Formats: sequence, C-alpha cells, structure tokens
Amino acid sequence: MSSGKIFKFHNDLDTDQIIASQYLLLPNIEEMKVHAFESLNPEFPSQVKPGDYVVGGENFGCGSSREQAPSVLKALGVQAVIAKSFARIFYRNSINIGLPVIVCKELPDAVQDGDEMELSLTEGVARAGGKTYSCTKLPEYMQKILSEGGLIASLNKEEA
Amino acid sequence: MGMTIAEKIIARAAGVDTVKAGDIHTVNLDRMMSNDGTTHLTVDMYHNKLNHPHIADTKKMVFIVDHNVPADNPKTAASQKKMRDFAREHNIDFWEGKGVCHQIMMEHYVCPGELIFGADSHTCTYGALGAFGTGVGCTDLLYGMVTGTSWVLVPETIKCNLTGRLPEGVYPRDLMLTIIGTIGANGANYQVMEFCGEGAKTLSVNDRMVLCNLSVEVGAKTAIFEADEIALEYLKARGREPKAVFRSDADASYVKEYTFDLSEIQPVAAKPDFVDAVVPAKEVCGVHIDEAFLGSCNNGRIDELRVGAAIVKGRKVSDHVRFLVVPASQEVYLQALEEGLIATFMESGAIVMNPNCSVCWGSCQGVIGENEVLISTGTRNFKGRAGHPSSKVYLGSAATVAASAVKGEICTADML
Repeated sequence: MSSGKIFKFHNDLDTDQIIASQYLLLPNIEEMKVHAFESLNPEFPSQVKPGDYVVGGENFGCGSSREQAPSVLKALGVQAVIAKSFARIFYRNSINIGLPVIVCKELPDAVQDGDEMELSLTEGVARAGGKTYSCTKLPEYMQKILSEGGLIASLNKEEA
Repeated sequence: MGMTIAEKIIARAAGVDTVKAGDIHTVNLDRMMSNDGTTHLTVDMYHNKLNHPHIADTKKMVFIVDHNVPADNPKTAASQKKMRDFAREHNIDFWEGKGVCHQIMMEHYVCPGELIFGADSHTCTYGALGAFGTGVGCTDLLYGMVTGTSWVLVPETIKCNLTGRLPEGVYPRDLMLTIIGTIGANGANYQVMEFCGEGAKTLSVNDRMVLCNLSVEVGAKTAIFEADEIALEYLKARGREPKAVFRSDADASYVKEYTFDLSEIQPVAAKPDFVDAVVPAKEVCGVHIDEAFLGSCNNGRIDELRVGAAIVKGRKVSDHVRFLVVPASQEVYLQALEEGLIATFMESGAIVMNPNCSVCWGSCQGVIGENEVLISTGTRNFKGRAGHPSSKVYLGSAATVAASAVKGEICTADML
C-alpha cells in the first residue's frame, strides 16, 4: 500500500464524533462526508487525501451503530483505520463496507498527527518513522469479505 | 463443557448442538429491526447494489420511524418517505411515531430465545426477555433481509452476579451507570453480560431493560437475563409465547465474574463526555443546567415517569430550565395520561413531547446550543451528543433529572 498521512484521534473515539446525528438522515453519504469529524477537526474533510490513514487508540468507534461513520471515511478516501482496539459494531461495519480496520498495539502511541505511514495488509505490518510495527491479522472469514470488496459484493458473488 | 444462555441461543439459531466462544457460525435470524437512522441507506443499497434484490421473509422484518419523528425538514421527510414506501411495497410491519424502536419491539415482538439483529446499537435491550439482540449496521441488516441469515462470532460471556435489593430512592439506572463506571467503556467489548443471582429476581422486566440497554456502553455485544417467571409473566400478559427458554449450565464457561451488591448502590451521574466517567451524584450537585430530559429507550417508561412526576408534583420547573418529558411509547404515554402523570408534568411547567428518540440522539426537537448543559436520562453523554459540540451532557436517574429540573442545577431528589 502507498504512503499516506496520519490523522490521529483519542481513546474511546465514538461514532458521533465521526459523523454527528444531525447529518445521518441526509439523502446519501456524499452529502454527509463533508461533516466528518466536524466536532473535533472541521477541516478534516478538506485536509484528508485519498490514501491517508485514521489512527485511534483503544475502543475506536464506540457508541452508535451508525454505518455512516465508516462510510464517510471510506468516501473521503481513507485507506484504513489503525487502532489499538475497535468497538465491535464499527469493526464489523467497516469490514462489511470494505474499509480495512487494523489492530496494531504499538503504532498509535508512537506516531503523531500529521506523520506519514504505510501499511501492507498482505505482510500484516505498518511502517512509520523508520520503524516497522506488526498488526493483528484479520480472521480468515473477515479477510475474505474485505478482499471481495465488502459483504454486499460477497453476497452478489454467492448469488451470481 | 456446558453453555451459557447466549451460546444456547446461537446454537439453536445455527442449528447445531453446541457452540463455543470464538467460533464463527451462520445463523438464521428470527427477526430484524431497522429505524430511520439508516433505513434510507439500506433501501438505496437494496435497489442499487444487489444483483438479485429480494427479501427472505418479510414477516421477520420490522421498520420503525422513531429517531426524527415527526420529520423536521424536507430532507429528513424524504429519507423517511423512502423507508415508508419500501415497507408498504413489501408488506413489512411499519411503525411511525408510536414509540422508540426498542420499546415497540419489547411491547410487540421480542420473545425469549430469539436471535434478533437491529440496526441500532441499543438492540441489546432485548436480553431483558432472554433474547439475544445485537446492534448491526445497515449492510448487515440488508444481508440479513435478503438471506434471512448472518454470520456470528460467538462471544465470551461475563457473569454479573447481582445480590441484595436497591435502596429506596436508588434506581436500576444508578446500578447500570455504576457498573459502567466500574468496568469501563471498553470493559466488555465483544462479550455478553449475563445478569443473574438473587438480586436479579428483585428487578422487573422494565428494570432489566434499563440494565441490558446500556450494556453497549461497555462495548458488549449484548446482555441477557434468564427468562424466568417475571419475564414469562410479561410475555403472557402480551399474548406471546417464548421461542425457547434457556438457562446457563452449571459448568458453562465465563471469561470473568463480577458481583454487584444492589444494597450498596447510591445515586450516581456520568460526567461529560464519556459514559464511564461515573461519580456519586453528590459530586456534581450545583452544576447549572439549561435543560433536563426524561425519556429514551433507556429510561422513558412508566416507572421512570412515575418517579419524575412524584418529584415535580406541587413544584415548578426552574424558570431557566426546559424540562422535556418524552414517554418511550404511546402505550406508556396513555398509561401516564390515565395515571394523571402527564397533567402533573404540565402543571409543573414541563414540555411533554410525542414518543421519539428526542434529544438523546441530538438530532430532534430539544437539541441544546453552544455551551449549554443538559441533565439526561438518555443513553449517552458524548461530546456534542445532544446538540452543539461545545454543549455538555450529564447522565443521571429520572429522580436526579426531575429534581435538577426543579432546582435549576444538578441535585439529587433528597436535596429538594
């Protein structure tokens, strides 16, 4: 995977911060994505470039089950989310829509907002600041969904 | 090795004899619920992303408009219309404005032993009736709608022994907030909380809903009580039969055990902006408030309305406070009307609203402005959860919320 810039967030980052409730009933993800991370960094949607990374701490994506949260990140071109741990609904939603979510225990504390990093899903490693960090591999079942482009792509394949 | 209630429900739904934590199984879903928070996106995906759009069994589906009802702007109205039209076209059970989705599900659908997916994180509420309810996103919901199935990673179970009885003036909400403060916002991630013990017998189905509902705030996949005589009585009164009544085996495996003595619980509050920032309510007394909210899928039932009404009866809401009272369903609303509670609230100066998610989710009538402070019986106190990003939310019991509405600052009921 190519190199990208890190946007770093705190522990217990809840999905309300990724996309606030007031935007969830907008007609589509395109209209919602310009409000991503509005409460914490209103410039995020204009600063983030395709291929960039979101890095969190423990329990990333806790709270509401709103699938709009991983969807706006994907729509803005976020390549993957790396965190020490993920809340389960966000984790599952991300895989279902084809957004890689990577558990990496050491990297989040070692990097700063704005640093560059790269990630190799096949090798299961992330690189930043000249160091290499190993990431937890996804269970095979989830890896398959992700590699097929998400759950609906898998379903279409099953029903082809 | 024996199994827990949650494991037995998954085994039944997967059509296998045994399951164990860590296994992945394909399960037949007994029911699926979707609300206006995401259904417009599900409908779009149904039409635009599926090669072969169809619904496995429309009788398993329930659509509920509760988050922004009635619609407050044309875009919301359009999203809800998309949902409403789809439900009608496909003969899906459809509810609008009748109550918060989980309250509707408990009043009309949930049965012990069922495995239920809901496109809402608080679907874990259904464990109060011995069902396995869990929150999912709209893609999982769509997959379930099309195939009638889904994949489940069997979670580990945490045993929560409840002993004793809650003291006078202390409520299940104080208990659950205390549990959240104890085990932390990440304390049960991907696990099931099983509530058991003699203390559980002192809790009604409504009380159990309060506990199960907030289990997602510690990351739990769900929470569950055994469907005992209290649960079966609730079910019978509503003319429903259990799917299956399971008990955990004596040699079932638990990843962790906690014991909570109900008699030691005191009124507590969760401070902004994290649900596990739980402190004795006395520690936040004196905090100026602009709004108070009594409602939500956690705490908007008749029990909490009775508690709130008893406190405001003969008193006036502070003139700088907007006190929102939002019954969790029309059934609750009608009961409150019959008992005179609605009149009591109105006479005190409260604003009584139609059943909906209200300010608990921060995109409905009642949102708060810049730097404003809300004391709430809602589910969450995340940054900006109830409106402007600079606003603050404290969580407390119905008693603490009603007392604070009268005083104009956070206080416990015994301080009025």
